[in-house]
Amino acid sequence: MTLRLEGISRSVAGVAHLRDVSLSLPRGMPNVLLGPTLSGKTSLMRLMAGLDRPDSGRILLDGKDVTGVPARRRSVAMVYQQFVNYPTLTLYENIASPLRVAGVKGAEIDRRVREAAALLRLEPLLERLPPQVSGGQQQRTAIARALVRRADLVLLDEPLANLDYKLREELREELPRLFADSGAILVYATTEPTEALLLGGQVVALWEGAVAQVGPSAEVYRAPRTLAAARVFSDPPMNELAIACRDGALLLPDGRRLSVGGRLASLPAGDHRLGFRAETLRFAAPAAGTLCFAGTVAVTEITGSESFVHVDVDVGAAAPARWVSLLPGVQELEPGQPVSLAVDPAAIFVFDAAGAIAGAPCRAAA
Amino acid sequence: MNDRPFDNRAWLLVLPVLAIVLFSALLPLMTVVNYSVQDSFGNNQFFWNGIGWYRELLDPSTDLGSRFFGALWRSLLFSAIILAIEVPLGIAVALCMPRDGWRLAATLVLMALPLLVPWNVVGTIWQVFARGDIGLFGHVVNALGIDYNYTAGILSAWFTIVIMDVWHWTSLVALLCYAGLRAIPDAFYQAARIDGASRLAVFRWIELPKLRRVLVIAVLLRFMDSFMIYTEPFVVTGGGPGNATTMLSIDLVKLALGQFDLGKAAAMSIVFNLIILAVCWVFYTVMTALDAEKQAEGPAKGAE
Amino acid sequence: MARITLDGIAHAYRPNPRSDADYALKPLHLTWERGLAYALLGPSGCGKTTLLNILSGLLRPSHGRLLFDGVDVTDWPTERRNIAQVFQFPVIYDTMTVRENLAFPLRNRGVAPAAAARRVTEIAELLGLSPMLDRRARGLTPDAKQKISLGRGLVRSDVAALLLDEPLTVIDPNLKWELRSRLKAAHRALDRLMVYVTHDQTEALTFADRVVVMQDGRMLQIGTPAELFERPEHVFVGHFIGSPGMNFLPAAVTGDRAVVAGFEIPLGAAYGPLPAGVPVQLGIRPDFTALGAGPGGLPVTLERVDDLGRLRLARVRLGPHPLVARLPDGVDPATAALYLDSRRLHVYADGKRVPPPGELRQEAAA
Repeated sequence: MTLRLEGISRSVAGVAHLRDVSLSLPRGMPNVLLGPTLSGKTSLMRLMAGLDRPDSGRILLDGKDVTGVPARRRSVAMVYQQFVNYPTLTLYENIASPLRVAGVKGAEIDRRVREAAALLRLEPLLERLPPQVSGGQQQRTAIARALVRRADLVLLDEPLANLDYKLREELREELPRLFADSGAILVYATTEPTEALLLGGQVVALWEGAVAQVGPSAEVYRAPRTLAAARVFSDPPMNELAIACRDGALLLPDGRRLSVGGRLASLPAGDHRLGFRAETLRFAAPAAGTLCFAGTVAVTEITGSESFVHVDVDVGAAAPARWVSLLPGVQELEPGQPVSLAVDPAAIFVFDAAGAIAGAPCRAAA
Repeated sequence: MNDRPFDNRAWLLVLPVLAIVLFSALLPLMTVVNYSVQDSFGNNQFFWNGIGWYRELLDPSTDLGSRFFGALWRSLLFSAIILAIEVPLGIAVALCMPRDGWRLAATLVLMALPLLVPWNVVGTIWQVFARGDIGLFGHVVNALGIDYNYTAGILSAWFTIVIMDVWHWTSLVALLCYAGLRAIPDAFYQAARIDGASRLAVFRWIELPKLRRVLVIAVLLRFMDSFMIYTEPFVVTGGGPGNATTMLSIDLVKLALGQFDLGKAAAMSIVFNLIILAVCWVFYTVMTALDAEKQAEGPAKGAE
Repeated sequence: MARITLDGIAHAYRPNPRSDADYALKPLHLTWERGLAYALLGPSGCGKTTLLNILSGLLRPSHGRLLFDGVDVTDWPTERRNIAQVFQFPVIYDTMTVRENLAFPLRNRGVAPAAAARRVTEIAELLGLSPMLDRRARGLTPDAKQKISLGRGLVRSDVAALLLDEPLTVIDPNLKWELRSRLKAAHRALDRLMVYVTHDQTEALTFADRVVVMQDGRMLQIGTPAELFERPEHVFVGHFIGSPGMNFLPAAVTGDRAVVAGFEIPLGAAYGPLPAGVPVQLGIRPDFTALGAGPGGLPVTLERVDDLGRLRLARVRLGPHPLVARLPDGVDPATAALYLDSRRLHVYADGKRVPPPGELRQEAAA
């Protein structure tokens, strides 16, 4: 079973929400729609669910055109960012509700509800009402309700976004296991690259309503083919620097001319954009002939086991660039503190003026 | 609508409503329009008069025109007085209402009582209550040495119908405002205390701005009701003394049913209707502008 | 001024509390110093909001005294306490301009207009509100509004403390770091006592000089972010701080050896006799573990590998006990053994950390 989108476009009030999206979403592995807010994830899901109709293009389920078929007559289940449950029904009845609507027989309902509850570890809570359980348990109930009806298509729209930090971590670990034995086509929208990587499967990187790249998630992460895909798949945002290549040397915006060896030396002449993720921007003493920069600390965000240091870096442009460096452990750096940073040339992505990849880090091949 | 895969046959379900509206509103309205452009001398004989009635009606130098404008100004004055009293009074009452407990329940019941009394009963109550001979109110006022007789004095008559309307409808404004006040999150009051704001500043900068939308609705409701008022002054003063309390709607009925001047009355109804439509449109515009502002503000609350 | 002392503060919402469970807040002895930023961190229901309400004067504690600079303010109303507060959602005066909003607390206290204007300009500059000073507050974005509420708290120079109640809840995720850096800069510039309440560990660790970790109405640990990361005093702290949280393994400890599931593990120090009859656990953060090939490792069975892109985490079992370990590049997880950094191992008895002998002396010397 496969859901195919062919040349889907949709605009609302003159604003293009989706531009010529063509996708093939197979069953048996999670399909993760990854992109920032307003990149078109929800628009795409609404089309798949049959809540909206595309301006152009076709939606095919197993080769059958379902473009104009309303949601009511499709076999779709959806989980939202908000916890949507019936507040006056017990968790058991909440999970059973789609089966009752579908007219499934009593014993069969009981079997399927208990099966889903076991999968989502809700068994001891089945007699409680939604307000009596935690947010994580409420969202698990909503997921159970989506799984229990065995719809052809299960859509999850940022299901973990409203949960507490620790709960999100917990549920994130459970989700791949749940998805492993579901027979449906699963589509999961998220803004978080980490979530996409943990879920595995196929990732669809969305940027401004268009598909930036499709592929196995680890592959798209390590070898983005476009600047947009690399941006989508970087959290914190990827650090970027515009440079020019002349005669095998790099011209930095601050006037420095570097002769770096290796693959950066073999770039074609012209303007390029370097991209490097936070973990490759290191604190290091300045040394001539390396990609090193001076900056001041703006703020350090400490997540608990890592520290994201936001640094204002003087790159020769009018305004300093705001870069992020990822350091292990807890690092307490004062705002305003001067620091010096360096990037390993081997870890840099190079994009040409059109945003296509022109050089990938060495380890991407591995 | 066609950008959603919905079933357009659903529109068929609207047909019965359209039919009812056609028979109950559109057809009678067209009859009135028809009357307003004709003259009749009885015997069901009608003559084409074009916009003659309208011309006469809107010209203050004619009998009909002076009568119309007299009634219009009286109606507008009445509405203005009503709004000037009921809105501030309603806000004041709402601010004084208890916030919870049995006192709140008692207050709500008490305040809902006048709203439940039918219009003509309100008129009758006050007609008796305000009489100098057997009415408690009239008797007390006269005993205080004030010359008060609503059937003879213009001021007394106005005073009576205004106070009657205030008695009848202030609690509506108060209840609306109370609901608006209850919707203000506690954090705002707490922030004001922290900022050292006085009670007056809290009202001026928090309560009044947050009540704005509710007040627009209250003003709209009270304006429409008071502008179209008929039953109570008809019962109490019968529009008198003289024409002193003859509001537009009373005059209309006198013209149509008393004198059977169908053409003039029809023209007056149409103009009356247009005035109300215009007011509605102004309010609608104000409301949607407020809504748009609210939208632009974004989701300010609701986050847990 | 500004030093806050909690002298045995406790609170029960019900009258005549009998058992421990009746207390929403268990007795607390603490002193908070001027110029420092404190965070109250814990999951919902841990008592942090109760404590905040006691500080702001919304709630009178059922036990204990609250002192501001040695003065008992337990029975003082909010307006007398000289505190400022920023709420979860922005509280602004809609109909005023940004400038009027900021000046409002000063105007109410009769500050001279010239002095007030100077102070408003200063605070607006600090928070980046200068370009919008004369705009009406109503139409601004949530983050600008939240800056206004923050500004109203900072504008007075006489406040004893600024209380912040999850102030970033309604802020768009990618704008949070900007507000964090503003907040941090304001704190450095104004040398104020600040108390920040949150359930989000990143917020707490990023903002605070000292973090108070709470659970079930009890304070578990107060410390710098680095201390919480390196030396969690309680099992819950180890689990809650860090992503993923600390690994805990049931163990038997004698001297400088621990035995976990039959495997002997060397400890960083020799422990004296531990309390009898209570569960003993070893705790180690995933950051200080690694899978690798070579001699001396602990044999583990692999359950799953989570590829987070920049690092890989292996979920393994040591005997029956689950554990998360780092998986360096180039290591085959199927055949690798587990290595623990023995200096980073902590011993917990009944959920509390047992300090190795000599630790206190070391600290005194440092």
